[in-house]
Amino acid sequence: MLIFEHSRPGRRNYSQSPATAVETEGIPRNLMRKAPPLLPEVSEMDVVRHYTRLSQKNFSIDTQFYPLGSCTMKYNPRACNSLAMLPQFLGRHPRAPESTGQGFLACMYELQEILKDVTGMAGVSLTPMAGAQGELIGVAMIRAYHESRGDSARTEIIIPDAAHGTNPATAVMCGYKVVEISTDNEGDVDMDALKAAVGPQTAGLMLTNPSTLGVFEKNVAEMSRIVHQAGGLLYYDGANLNAILGKVKPGDMGFDVIHINLHKTFSTPHGGGGPGSAPVGVAKRLLPFMPVPVVGFEKGTYRWLTEKDIPQSIGRLSAHMGNAGVLLRAYVYVRLLGAEGMHRVAEFATLNANYLMAELSRAGFEIAYPDRRASHEFIVTLKDLKEKTGVTAMNVAKRLLDKGYHAPTTYFPLLVPECLLIEPAETESKETLDAFVAAMKEILEEAHTQPEMVKGAPHTTPVRRLDDVKAARELDLVWKRP
Amino acid sequence: MPFIPHTEEDIHAMLASIGANTIDDLFDEIPPDLKSGRLKRVPPGLGEMEISRLMLERAEADGHYLNFIGAGAYEHHIPAAVWQITTRGEFYSSYTPYQAEASQGSLQLLYEYQTMMASLTGMDVSNASMYDGASALAEAALMAVRSHKSSRRILMPATVHPVYRSVVRAIVGNQNIEVVELPYCTQAGLTLPESLDRFGKKEFAALVIPQPNFFGVLEQVDALTDWAHSKNALAIGVANPMALAMLTPPGEWGGKGADVAVGEGQPLGIPLSSGGPYFGFMACKQPLVRQMPGRIIGRTTDQDGKPGFVLTLQAREQHIRRSKATSNICTNQGLMVTAATIYMALTGPEGLRRIAAQSHANTLTLLEKLESLKGVKRIFDGPLFHEAVVSLPAPVEDVLRTLKHQRILGGLNLEGYYPELGNAILVCATETKTSADLENYADQLSLALDNVSSANSHAPAATLLST
Repeated sequence: MLIFEHSRPGRRNYSQSPATAVETEGIPRNLMRKAPPLLPEVSEMDVVRHYTRLSQKNFSIDTQFYPLGSCTMKYNPRACNSLAMLPQFLGRHPRAPESTGQGFLACMYELQEILKDVTGMAGVSLTPMAGAQGELIGVAMIRAYHESRGDSARTEIIIPDAAHGTNPATAVMCGYKVVEISTDNEGDVDMDALKAAVGPQTAGLMLTNPSTLGVFEKNVAEMSRIVHQAGGLLYYDGANLNAILGKVKPGDMGFDVIHINLHKTFSTPHGGGGPGSAPVGVAKRLLPFMPVPVVGFEKGTYRWLTEKDIPQSIGRLSAHMGNAGVLLRAYVYVRLLGAEGMHRVAEFATLNANYLMAELSRAGFEIAYPDRRASHEFIVTLKDLKEKTGVTAMNVAKRLLDKGYHAPTTYFPLLVPECLLIEPAETESKETLDAFVAAMKEILEEAHTQPEMVKGAPHTTPVRRLDDVKAARELDLVWKRP
Repeated sequence: MPFIPHTEEDIHAMLASIGANTIDDLFDEIPPDLKSGRLKRVPPGLGEMEISRLMLERAEADGHYLNFIGAGAYEHHIPAAVWQITTRGEFYSSYTPYQAEASQGSLQLLYEYQTMMASLTGMDVSNASMYDGASALAEAALMAVRSHKSSRRILMPATVHPVYRSVVRAIVGNQNIEVVELPYCTQAGLTLPESLDRFGKKEFAALVIPQPNFFGVLEQVDALTDWAHSKNALAIGVANPMALAMLTPPGEWGGKGADVAVGEGQPLGIPLSSGGPYFGFMACKQPLVRQMPGRIIGRTTDQDGKPGFVLTLQAREQHIRRSKATSNICTNQGLMVTAATIYMALTGPEGLRRIAAQSHANTLTLLEKLESLKGVKRIFDGPLFHEAVVSLPAPVEDVLRTLKHQRILGGLNLEGYYPELGNAILVCATETKTSADLENYADQLSLALDNVSSANSHAPAATLLST
């Protein structure tokens, strides 16, 4: 039932809006609304019950193991939320003077410094509001750098075929042509393809390392040399930073610009699809182009650095300063972890992934890159299973829902047929991983003994398989009063 | 180990299963010369008690002020239920609803949100939100250029929020799109439809129409929308959703209605929070739906015929279309939209209208009080919503600083954005301000103006005293 279907004309919450309805003055009649908007007329209890019940129809980290590959669904510590929601932080207006926000700005400045250390970059701007916006800013800086040198012949960005879809989409938004390069049998970027692709037209290379195939690009230093020699710059997509946090710094791998997904590696909530936050880090040569604002610290006082301080800046990407409240949560998280805790993140994320990979392999699942170490994630391919039983990766994913597990990422990366991309994250215990393996084993048996049942999954969720085709053909995007 | 549950025994058993001796062995594919040393600028970890104390001290140092700044972020009362429900773990710690059957809660909520936003803006459809108002406007500009056959030019009034204009330039600038600025009427503080005549036959992909505009003034939206349509350009409304509880929605502007409506969703239950996270909304007319960026939720049925919700029209999006997607956007601002949906459900049409009307009335009352002070006057005479530009008879920075010492944030200094306005501030009084607050502000402003002007006229004496 929709909230609108609970609505009764004239029902209202009297405590939560002004007691009297004042008349409006001085507004021309043609500018005044004629009919009220379609908002429900319901009581506070109706609202609380309705949305509490809706929440119960969600899988979440707080209720289920959520091994969604490339999304780093780690536990979101409660303290991060409650401390970011202290009333003074929530009540602070973005345009309030800096002198009334020294406590807040101190947290932001320290977060910038910590992120510089973790990434090995010379500067960090906290302004990007999501991974894709971090990419947009990063590639825009690459473009600004080339243009500042009068180097306008660089029109292409090179992207491996295993990359997230945001990479090519971003390059196009920045006015570049995308050159896709292939992956070799081991899961690394094909070095011959890279050599053939670079040239005077190369603006840069976007790389995720460890890649979305769940392996560390062993040749990254060589790739960096090749791209730099051709005059291009290197972009690091921080989607998988959790795998190397405190172990390898992107700056040491030769990257010129990176974005860090705080909603992955620094445990800020995914919130049902945002808000994210993706600070960008830059090497020295890109410092003049950083997006504003950036937090500065001079003579014991924190202040915003603006276009006046960074005149060649690529500009502003949000109305204020990005997702401040998300940044506060990340700050609390890094302070709780400290340097030691941060080193352990990559260690235990990697331990969990390799353990799960070993156990699933033992249980009879085919690993896409069996000779490689898993980073913090790995790929199972169900190509054989599909050939033998007709059961697909999608069917297995849906059957996992019946068993109380969120599904891994399916059909991504596109290179591996019938794939499940599995990322357990460091916060899960061995018992949880063992129980997941047991569930996967059951599904494997079911696929052979009752394939139709598996294909019909899920059976126990609030709704069963939904008709995507109908959704797209007979668009129903808003409710209409009957 | 914070948030890592492994016991020594677990670690041994897991390594044995993998066939590795140590955890370090698991990193053996990383070339040794790339491995970094210890982190140097990350301090040692704190317990929850220590970090709580530190954060509380910092929050208290920032304190609380009586706030009269708006400028794109507005202080409204947020009912307690909004964030108590929003931060339930099932909303807070879930992800983008790719697995629809395991995400019906978020998906249904988003469908309800789309319904509410489409109705509030008078549009046919809404997406599931963008990052914020400024980036939503940039995406709307890109959408207009994609749907227009021949023009890559956007007409942008100078009455649009100055930072929004910067953001649009930063985002569309790399795609060979020209943003043409349109001057405003210095008397009324709005865009005069007749000022558009000078463009003659020049083609535009879209005209941006703010309502209210950055000065708080209501634009002549009907004439502007009709002009855009007469030139075969799209009309993009940038609206404050709170104002739309009482103002004509963009979908009904002019003869045919604006084509796209975007804006900052923050007034709908999102705390000020130093600027984010907020959310941008985007709604449009049906024919443009396939040009819309971002997540869109559709209602459908399951294999038993039961109604349910899914992400739909995904063929527009980056994870499917890659370099040919409508945008690189991946997430929406899911949690913020959760809060906004609950907020709109709690306030309902009448509550929301009352909040808007009270904010309007409070601002009029405040202006009356301020204009009774010598030398203080409204600069523009156009009709307003809940914000206005006021000129002061003294240097703005000094006046605002003096007010700050009385724990009042008196408004936004416009000097950097509109230097031609002289000593001008943008002030806003929402429904959160009582008559005592308005009185207090007027009294303190009066004192501040006296102090500042006497300090200025006695400047040499003050210098003597301080030496």
